[in-house]
This record gives sequence, structure tokens and C-alpha cells, in this order.
Amino acid sequence: MSGPEEGRDPQSVGRFDVPQQVPAPDAEPARRNGHRPAAQAAPTPTEPPASITPPASTPTPTAPRASSASPTAKPADEVDAGLTGGTEPAVSDRPGDHWDRKVANGLAFLRRRLSGDYEVDEFGFDSELTDAVFHPLLRLLYRDWFRTEVSGVEHVPVDGPALVVGNHSGTVALDALILSAALHDKHPAHRYLRLLGADLVFRMPVVSELARKTGGTVACNPDAERLLGGGDLVGVFPEGFKGIGKLYADRYKLQRFGRGGFVSAALRTGTPIVPVAIVGGEEIYPMLADIKPLARLLKLPYFPVTPTFPLLGPLGMVPLPSKWLIEFCPPIPTAHLTDSADDPLVVFNLADQVRETIQQTLHTLLERRPDPFGP
Amino acid sequence: MTPGGTSGAPGVVVVTGVGRYLGAHVAARLAADPRIERVIGVDAPDSGIEFTDLLDRVERIRVDNGSLGGLLADLDVDAVVHLALVTSPDPQHGGRSGMKDQNVIGSMQMLAACQRAPRLRKLVVRSSTAAYGVSFRDPAVFTEETEPREVPRGGFGRDILDLEGYVRGFRRRRSDVTATVLRFAPFIGSTADTTLTRYFSQPFVPTVFGRDPRLQFLHFDDALEVLHRSIVEDHPGTYNVAGPGVLSLSQAIRRAGRVAVPVLEPGLSGAAALARTMGFGSYGLDQVDLFVHGRVVDTSRLEQEYGFTPRSTAEAFEDFIRAHHGGVVVTRGQLAAAEQLVLDGIRQVRSAIRERSS
Repeated sequence: MSGPEEGRDPQSVGRFDVPQQVPAPDAEPARRNGHRPAAQAAPTPTEPPASITPPASTPTPTAPRASSASPTAKPADEVDAGLTGGTEPAVSDRPGDHWDRKVANGLAFLRRRLSGDYEVDEFGFDSELTDAVFHPLLRLLYRDWFRTEVSGVEHVPVDGPALVVGNHSGTVALDALILSAALHDKHPAHRYLRLLGADLVFRMPVVSELARKTGGTVACNPDAERLLGGGDLVGVFPEGFKGIGKLYADRYKLQRFGRGGFVSAALRTGTPIVPVAIVGGEEIYPMLADIKPLARLLKLPYFPVTPTFPLLGPLGMVPLPSKWLIEFCPPIPTAHLTDSADDPLVVFNLADQVRETIQQTLHTLLERRPDPFGP
Repeated sequence: MTPGGTSGAPGVVVVTGVGRYLGAHVAARLAADPRIERVIGVDAPDSGIEFTDLLDRVERIRVDNGSLGGLLADLDVDAVVHLALVTSPDPQHGGRSGMKDQNVIGSMQMLAACQRAPRLRKLVVRSSTAAYGVSFRDPAVFTEETEPREVPRGGFGRDILDLEGYVRGFRRRRSDVTATVLRFAPFIGSTADTTLTRYFSQPFVPTVFGRDPRLQFLHFDDALEVLHRSIVEDHPGTYNVAGPGVLSLSQAIRRAGRVAVPVLEPGLSGAAALARTMGFGSYGLDQVDLFVHGRVVDTSRLEQEYGFTPRSTAEAFEDFIRAHHGGVVVTRGQLAAAEQLVLDGIRQVRSAIRERSS
């Protein structure tokens, strides 16, 4: 039952650098005027410069070719092209192989999406969409907005299953998404973190599908064990709503870990547990109060009041730019405890061990970060 | 070939529901198998005369379910294949109450008759993956052990739960009979005509807003193969039968070249009810629930026990698309051409800009 995403090489780094299988017009054409060196030719500082070295000395006669290739280009297409290219003129006067490939890749991606030519695994995980759309968006957030520093990635195994257990915070569960995107980017094997979400997430339309497409599934033991059994990296936040719905005054105080269902899932599959401490999530939407009657009315676990929400309306949805630190702790092996998956004593002890590890790491991280909104 | 007692192919096989597409094909296939002596097709007395050319080697008997008991004993039946299930209410056959009569009462009488048939040693029952019910707390993939968390809203799902309950009771009382329960995913294929194939044949396909369920299909020919093997081989137990792999609904619609029209869920439920009362279309709450929750099952037990892997969901769906290319709105060729046009346009514009600036 290997998911189809395993065959896929998670190599893409660039924003639209989707895996390209189609013999699309991507290799083509190196149309440079020849008087600018390639090093200056990349005016986009945010892009990794690895993929922009075209064959420098190929005087391809592209302009005449392009015009002769599509003599039937209708005015509508011209307008369309102008619209799509509208964001480009700032750079298009620079030599354009890099951008041309981006456009070609983007269009090929669009075509594949529209014709259904992609794979979804049995949990609904769409690795192509995640790589091309969700991770780039999250990358902006975690890298540029939260200035996240990640340490201890070497504790996450390069292959095989592991259960990543973190602290939950931040009124909305943004920390889970940030963790999965950051781990995917920083990890040498670019592994996907398969998040386990509360069933409330899967009750909501749209949100449920976003969760599934990014690799999430319902937090229940059959799903967790199935993912771990398939060698996946599973992310879980045992605090649940108690963690994200706590007041700002209780920040970085780990809540109860429930029944420790995550521990029994790890024990049953003999999977190592990697505790992870996330600092910064508590300050993005500091929850000052919880309007309980309103929450009950809306059937939500809590209704948050932050300095900006609901005061500023939709503007209050913008997370405050806190400084984030993520540290992965050394894995706790469980392979020797496989028989004790139903032993409550073992389960609770292990859950406590994980909880204390995270709590202590949180304290050390907080000392390293005196100013929550520092650089 | 010795009837009764030994394992191997049974001598006399009764197939119920031969007036329907699946039953007719299964009966015809069993009749063509030289290892089986007699194939008797049982059908309700008021059923039509469809599939008669298919069933020329099958003895057809039209009885109502109540008199089935004596029949099975008189005929010295070795095996029964129970396929007489109605997946959606048919206004011409009594709507929902007729459906329930057939699915629940009919199956009960069938099982009662089986219980009294002395020589019976094999029972194959068609069930459905709808047996897992629908709930937001459901695991993503159902194994045969998964218990339904909530009773489904749809009539068919409830009927299936009842039916499986009766089969469990039958297993207890007749432990000498090899009982096989096959939980089929929705059928699809080049020729099959089901609620889902009709759904995907429309040019504009209604979906539930904000939901993109994961679906699995089973190719009709693979369903026949599994049913056939269940009769000529011994496979006691309950098995999920589905094409491995998953298609999301939006993906399936795009692959079929159709256009999805998202509808808010309460609206869709209402529309389904309205369509039902007005007598056209057969979308029920079963379909709405499937399109909200999706349904994916684990088929490893089937693959191990039968040594047979049905073609994947994507392949089965591809076969269906090839046969139903009539209502295609957007083809892949058109998309590829559009991609090329836009790309060429962008290249032209950019080269023009560059020429002007240089």
C-alpha cells in the first residue's frame, strides 16, 4: 500500500518548479541577446540561482521561430498572453531562458491540473499541488514573515517512519502547517510531514479538503498506524484544542496530552518518537479572552479575542510577525516496547517523557529568544 | 464435480437477481463454466425480459421470495449467489419501499431458504463498501474489521448494514456453509450502467461545495471475476473488492473532460429529494454522503486470499471514459493546444518587448 507520492522525487525547490514529465516546450528557447552575462541576468533575488544557467552560447533564432510557429494566434490569445505576461516586463527585458521555463512549467502544471493528470494517495495527499502551491505560500510565511530558525533536523530520520510530536499553539493551528513546510524544506530528504488533525477540521468544507490535499488525515489510530506502517513521517499535536485555544497568559505551558493515543500508535508500529518544540506560535494571535457563549453558538471549541480580532475584522486575521524557533529533539526509540502498546503504564510514562522533553526544550528556546518580535 | 460435501466447483448454482445487469452477467458466466452442471437464475415474477439472449444457457425461474425455501431444497442446490440488491430507489418498482422489500425482506427470505437447504455448502452475498457507513471521524482507509461509526442516512447503506447482520446470523446457524461476503466498491466499466456511470456521463456534474471526496471504483469485469472465483473456489469471509488506488472526485471529473458544478450541501440534499419525488434521477442521500465523505477501502485481504488484483481505480475509470466520450466538454488535446497557444503568445510578446527595448 505504498502511496503514489513515494515514487515522486521531492526535489523541487523553485516556486513553480513542478516535476515535469511532459515533453513540453521547456528546454526551448534560449533567447538572449548575447550581451549580458548570465550572472547578472537573474534579477530575482528570492530565487535559488541553481536552475538558471542555460547554455550561454546558443544564438537561437527564437523570435522568428515563435512568430512562425503560431501564425494563427488569435487576438484573444494575444490579450491573454499580455495579461499573463503582465507581471513580467520588469524582468523580461533581461535575457529570458529562466523565465521562459518558468512560464512553460507553470502552463504545463495548469494543464496537468485541468486534465486530472496527477496522483492522489489513498489519504487524499496531492504531492504535486502541495509542492507547487501550498509549500511556496507557507514558505513566504515561515521564512520571510516569521523568520523561522530550524535546528536538530538531523534527528528526523532520512527514511522510514517516525512520529513527530509537537506543542500546539496560536489560536489557529498555523504551527502545524509551518512545521510541515519548514521540515520539508530543511530536511535533507525533503520529507513530507503527514499531519493528524482533529475531526472538526474534517467536518468543515474546504478546510477538510485543504487538509487532505496537503497530506493530513483524521487523528485516529488506524490512520496513524497505516501511515507509520507505510514508512511515512507523521506529525501529531497531542494537546489538540486545549493547546491552541489557551490564553496568552498560559503561553508555552504544555497542556494535558490526553489518553496518549499517539504513543500507542508509535508502540504498535515500533516507530521512534521525535519530540519537537515550536516557539513563536503563541504570539501570532495572542488570545486575551475566550467568549464561550459565542463559541457554543458557533459550535467551535473557543471563540478568541486577540488585540486585533475581532476588533479589526478581517485585518485581525493577519498573524503578528513573531520570531519562530523550531527544535527537533533526539528521537525516543520504541521498538523494544512493541508488546506494551496496550499497557497504560508504559503509554503514560512515555507520553510524560515526551511532554517533559518538549517543555524543557521550550524553556531553553525561550531563553535564546528574549524578544518575541526580535529579528 | 461431485455435488455436496467436497470442495471445488459446485454442481447446482442458484443466482438471484438475474433480471438485473450484474446477475445476468454472473449467471451467464457461470453457465459457460464446464465445471458447473446447472445454473438456475431466480428472479422476481414481475421482472422484465431483459438479458434473455445472455441467459440462454441459464434456467430461469420466476418466483417471489416467499416460496424460495421449498425451491432451494427441491433443486438440491449446492451454492447460492445472492445478487438481488437494488442500489437506488426505482419509481417503477415501488420506490424506496420496494427497494427495502427487495434488499432487506428479500435477503432475509433468501437466507431463511438457504438455512433450510440441506445440501447447500456455499453462499456468496453481494454487499457494498457502503457497509462502513459515513462519519467525519472515519479512518481514511477502511479495512474489513472497521466498524461503522454512524448509521448512514441513505437507504442503501442502511439496507446493507441490515443484510450483513442477517448474514452474520446465518453464519452462526449454518457454520457448515462457506459464506463469502463481498463488499464491492461502485461498479464502473465500458458497458455497465449504474447510478455513478450515469452521473459521470453528464457534461456538467454536480458536486458538493468544498468537498473533494476520494473515490474508488471497481471494473465490472473484475467484479465478475471475483464472483466467479468465489463460487468455484472456497473463500470464506468478508472481503473488500475495489480497484486499488484512489481518484478524487474533481480529478475524475477532469479526467472525464466534464465540468464540475459545486453545489452547497443542504441544497444538494434538497435537490436529491426533489429529483426523487419528481421521479427522475436516482441520486439519493447515499450518493450525497459518498460525495461528502468519499470512501476508500483496503483490498490487501482480497489480493492475498484470491491471488487476484482488480485493475486499479484509475484504469477502470479510464475504460469508462473511453466508452463514454460523447459528453466531453474539454478534451486533453484542447488543453494541450491551449497551453501551446498561450506559451507561444507569451514568447511572442516578450520577444517583441525585447526587440523594442534593445
